Amino acid sequence: MYRRTGSIIVTMSIIPLIFLVQPVVSALTASSAAAVSIRHHHELLYMLAIPGLVPAMLAAYAVVGERQQGTLEPVLTTPLRREELILGKALAVLVPAVVLAYLIFAVFLAVVAIFAHPGVSSALIRGSDVLAQVIFTPLIATWSIWIAMAISTRATDIRVAQQLSVLASLPTIAVTTLIAFDVLHPSLRLALVLGIALLLANRVAWRLVSMLFDRERLIVGTRS
Amino acid sequence: MRADARDGGAPALAVSGLTKRFGERIAFEDVTFEIAYGEVFGFLGPNGAGKTTTVRTLGTLIAPSAGTATVAGIGLTPDNGVEIRRRIAIMPESPGLYDRLSVAENLTCFADLYEVAAPRERIQEALRSVRLTDRADDLCGTLSKGLRQRVALARALLSEPEVLFLDEPTSGLDPAASRDVHELIAGLGRSGVTIFLTTHRLEEAERLCDRVAILNTRLQTIGQPAELRDRLFAKSLTIRTRTALPDPERVFADLPAVERWSGDAEGSYLVSVSDAEAAAPAITRALVAAGADVLSISESYHSLEDVYLELIDEDPEAQRR
Repeated sequence: MYRRTGSIIVTMSIIPLIFLVQPVVSALTASSAAAVSIRHHHELLYMLAIPGLVPAMLAAYAVVGERQQGTLEPVLTTPLRREELILGKALAVLVPAVVLAYLIFAVFLAVVAIFAHPGVSSALIRGSDVLAQVIFTPLIATWSIWIAMAISTRATDIRVAQQLSVLASLPTIAVTTLIAFDVLHPSLRLALVLGIALLLANRVAWRLVSMLFDRERLIVGTRS
Repeated sequence: MRADARDGGAPALAVSGLTKRFGERIAFEDVTFEIAYGEVFGFLGPNGAGKTTTVRTLGTLIAPSAGTATVAGIGLTPDNGVEIRRRIAIMPESPGLYDRLSVAENLTCFADLYEVAAPRERIQEALRSVRLTDRADDLCGTLSKGLRQRVALARALLSEPEVLFLDEPTSGLDPAASRDVHELIAGLGRSGVTIFLTTHRLEEAERLCDRVAILNTRLQTIGQPAELRDRLFAKSLTIRTRTALPDPERVFADLPAVERWSGDAEGSYLVSVSDAEAAAPAITRALVAAGADVLSISESYHSLEDVYLELIDEDPEAQRR
């Protein structure tokens, strides 16, 4: 299916590329003297905004988009349980979103490692931040998908669903930005707390979104 | 279990007192009927009569407000939704195809959702059934409405359903495309698939269905088309004479086979009889004896449309709609 939706994947990558501009410019223009100040920040974590934002638009389309196109009813007539259907739709967004986020992150690391001043690159690329990026990318993307899909199950218009989903993903992005700029001091404890909280939240959100996914409401627009 | 249900003579569909309300609005009410395996059953009714809602209810997409039903041998309860959907297929009025995918890709997607064993073979078979093998690689977005309906029908056949629900399958199609779909449905009926066909095209129902039911929120009638005609309309003979009879009352009133009659000044008469075959020779003899030149005498034919209109026109619910 991704083969037929190449344009969607391409447009998905445009917003994350914008996120790439500021860190790349700041890394490439920084002198070795700036390395000390960079060491006090965690600018790599700024890029956790990408998995928070990228899947929201696509996941917001998942239910209301199919409903408006008329392709939802045939799917609902299949023997799928709603939990399975919701999980399938979430995975269909999660996979490209995570791949894209990792890809952009890898490009950023490569550019910094090759072109930035050695002192700057070693200050910027720290094992703990890279690990945090790798671990939190799918967790944040999944959370963003559940929020968008919850909105999508109740929305009656694709555009409204997409705008609300982007809006709803902003608090997550705010948290990652606060951590990146050391307003919330990143630590192993904070990482564990946030990681476990996101895992649990994702598990609960799956059930909640499945409950919101009501066949009758989706087909007739109301629940008797 | 499937074989047991069929072999044991259990109906493919058994519906009793089924009702669906949306708040104050009644979609359909107190609907009761049974359909045998292998039967092609027509579900007729005007727009808004509750046909599509009935299909969606029996297809477990929406929950009934009251009543019971058994679909393909399984009780219609919220817990049985998956098992029922495994045994049936629904072709909605709108085909709902993924336009960016090819015909084969659309079918592959649904074969996966139905967990069809040997999907490639099954897809080929479904495409052959709807005569679309040569269009398998075409994008669905490029197909005509008639072809899209055929793809939707192929999709419904993928899981080899015990009961196939077809919701207005020829809606919006031109006569040639409708004929194609009719032929496909007739072929499926001959091959033993149980078909529940909703339509408001009466010639379609008359041509394809073993039995029909007429719904107008409530079930108005159910039976074979011929049976409904006999039930609703008295048998009658249409008679034409060269000139009007000078005293038709004297001719018809003396004949015991004649129940009532009506006529016009042009020499056309409609005579209600209990047995048309027995009455026709006696009436002919009486007309000739009265000096009439008989041009034609024939049994009046009432179509399913007459039955439908008679029932719907009598129904105050339809007049409000």
